[in-house]
Amino acid sequence: MTTTILAVDDSASMRQMVSFTLRHAGYEVVEAVDGVEALAYARGNAVNLVLTDVNMPNMDGITLVRELRRLESYRYVPMLVLTTEAGQEKKMEGKKAGATGWLVKPFNPEKLLATIAKVL
Amino acid sequence: MSDDLEMDEILKVFFEECAEGLQAMESGLLTLDGGGDRDTIDTIFRAAHSIKGGAGMFGFMEISQFTHAVETLLDQMRAGKRAVTPDAVQVLFQSVDVMREMTNLAEARKPIVSPNADALTSLLAQILAQPAGGTAQATPMAAAPAPVAPAASAAPPEPPAVGWCIDFRPHTSLFKTCNDPLRIFRELETLGPLQALAHAENVPPLADMDPTQCYLSWRLTLAGTMQQSQIAEAFEWVDANSSIDYQPLAPPAQTTAAAPPAPPAPLTPAPLAPAPLTPAVAVAVAVSVAVADPPLPIASATVASAPAAPPLARANVDAGSFRVATEKVDALINLVGELVITQSMLGRFSEHYDPGNLESLRRGLSHLTRNTRDLQESVLKIRMLPISFSFNRFPRLVHELSRKLGKKVELRLAGESTELDKIVLEKIGDPLVHLVRNSLDHGLETPENRRAAGKSETGILELNAFHEGGSVIIEVKDDGAGLNTARILAKARERGLVDPDVTPTTEQIYNLIFAPGFSTADTVSDVSGRGVGMDVVRRNINDLGGHVYVSSNPGRGSAIRIRLPLTLAILEGQMLRVGPETYVISLVSIIETVQPRRAHVQSIAGRAEVFKHRDEYLPIIRLHELFEIEPDSRDVSEGLLVVAESDGKRVAILVDELLAQQQVVIKSLDTNFRQVPGLAGATIHGDGRVALILDVPSLVGKFLEGAGAAIDFAA
Repeated sequence: MTTTILAVDDSASMRQMVSFTLRHAGYEVVEAVDGVEALAYARGNAVNLVLTDVNMPNMDGITLVRELRRLESYRYVPMLVLTTEAGQEKKMEGKKAGATGWLVKPFNPEKLLATIAKVL
Repeated sequence: MSDDLEMDEILKVFFEECAEGLQAMESGLLTLDGGGDRDTIDTIFRAAHSIKGGAGMFGFMEISQFTHAVETLLDQMRAGKRAVTPDAVQVLFQSVDVMREMTNLAEARKPIVSPNADALTSLLAQILAQPAGGTAQATPMAAAPAPVAPAASAAPPEPPAVGWCIDFRPHTSLFKTCNDPLRIFRELETLGPLQALAHAENVPPLADMDPTQCYLSWRLTLAGTMQQSQIAEAFEWVDANSSIDYQPLAPPAQTTAAAPPAPPAPLTPAPLAPAPLTPAVAVAVAVSVAVADPPLPIASATVASAPAAPPLARANVDAGSFRVATEKVDALINLVGELVITQSMLGRFSEHYDPGNLESLRRGLSHLTRNTRDLQESVLKIRMLPISFSFNRFPRLVHELSRKLGKKVELRLAGESTELDKIVLEKIGDPLVHLVRNSLDHGLETPENRRAAGKSETGILELNAFHEGGSVIIEVKDDGAGLNTARILAKARERGLVDPDVTPTTEQIYNLIFAPGFSTADTVSDVSGRGVGMDVVRRNINDLGGHVYVSSNPGRGSAIRIRLPLTLAILEGQMLRVGPETYVISLVSIIETVQPRRAHVQSIAGRAEVFKHRDEYLPIIRLHELFEIEPDSRDVSEGLLVVAESDGKRVAILVDELLAQQQVVIKSLDTNFRQVPGLAGATIHGDGRVALILDVPSLVGKFLEGAGAAIDFAA
């Protein structure tokens, strides 16, 4: 069975790069440009992991995590937020919202894969 | 698509985003001068944040590192922890320049070295090192143990341990975030042999058990010489609401003793010596986000601000790719759909040929005509970009220049959404910058002078773009002192541009400012006044098939009006016939067409011919001689003279007949054949024949400069 990852980022290059890296590692990737789009997708589809940026227009990553955790089918799906080093508060906010963990930006493809391998 | 190609595509997107992000930062910063609202700072922060993140992902560490300090400063500003001072904004402006320079270098695959980066990094560090306005939140939350950031390794040397004993008591909500203790243990196992002992004493009876809660806690023994921070990394995601105690294991002798005998977690409450809850051995290491560079004197800021005008070259200067609004592509797809329908309509006709169906054939053809026209328009629109791409740079430019010149200026932009061909847009940028600088430097007065003249202290500079007929008009207007005709004339006489006994009209005087080497500036400032420019401005605009007009009102201001063609791909053409050949000449370059009387044609020195048109003598260009073709008649009075103008100079072109006026699609001669002097390109007629497009500027130039000497077309 393929492992599907929902990658949410408002930056197209970031999304494409994440997607590129993950697909090469054998994952299926679904992209979303913001929390609203991601949530809409998640309502009708199951994924194995959610990877989301925090700072996004329309719906930020933390709200997304909180909303996703409310969905029955997403209760036990690992969710990682992309934060900054300075984002200590964001990390805690993310945790409170239900995020499994975080990945500190900037990260490189290896770090991304290593972190994902941890939770999958 | 191969990986490399795909990667290139992604990179391209990244650089486009960088350019947009930097633009967003810049426009945001401009509004920050007066303190700025949270939303703006947020936008600027987000842009910096994305650039940093992307740069890190793509391996541009220099950009990522540099942007880090910028982002930190912005983050503090948006959290209200740091005041938004003009100095800080200035530093941010300069940082944007450096980031732009770096991304441009990265895009060009050159080493990412910016001479200003180090100085700015120090300046940023200096700002960050100052006590913040609010509570300095430089240290992480107390709950967080040693941070993992390898940069901040100011940690006190940890005792060499042969292993660690870790008491891990997670909060019951551990599973709610999908954190599996097993995952953590596996990660620990990568560090060394691990033994886990579970304490199940808190597990309630099955009936009362909530399977989503975590009732277990663990004592873990990890053997090996690792740092506590390495272990902490495994617990990073859960440490906030768990209790985790780290105890270094003493030398080998005791290690074995301390190790519990069997790893399988017994379900019965294990006899457990209550681990003394020593005050966290973990010493919270202050992680200072400020880069600890030696503070630099603030004066060094001026070094970084050296470029008078920020290098505003757009990041995606390469003509290779650009973004097109989705609706334009949608419209195109729509049209192609209609074209397919029309095609099938016509196709049916050819299958069931019946003269009675002629009406439907006619209908189909009229559809086709409309489709083609719409498609042509839509395709051309793809190349059209809003002029805001060019206008965007001005708020910053005006801001900095007015500051430098000590003038108060309000910039008003209008018609930013007016669209212009991409190529025209790229080439009009520099001339516009020049005109704006001129207005600021020469046009608008100092606040004192304005007050003395009874005007408001703040001068107004307007940039306006709009459509007029088939052209786009761009206006640069100021409410300054206007052009000083007396001074311009005096200067022109001094330079020998105007004979002492000639009295030019006001319009002619205005046009003098476009003369090469002309400048009335008393002192050459670094803003303008070198007199190189207005002539170049005019030439650039003419090259684009456009024109410049000046108007001025003494004491009230001046305006420069630029008229540009909508596109360079299509020309409003006048078809001409010479003998059997058809030529095209740009409609805008034609002043008028006359049927000459023989009396008005004179030969000079038996070689060149001139035509007396009103009070002017115009050289006559005989196209049939140039192109060696047989005309209907060699007698000037039997043909027509097309008076064409370029750069204010006129010639009369002899042709046999004027044909229709129509839009023609310009086909490049360079790419299909080679460049031919006197020809701007070619176009293809409906019947498949080729018509050459005359290059009026080069014809005029050659003829006037060579005083009628034949142009060497044999080249």
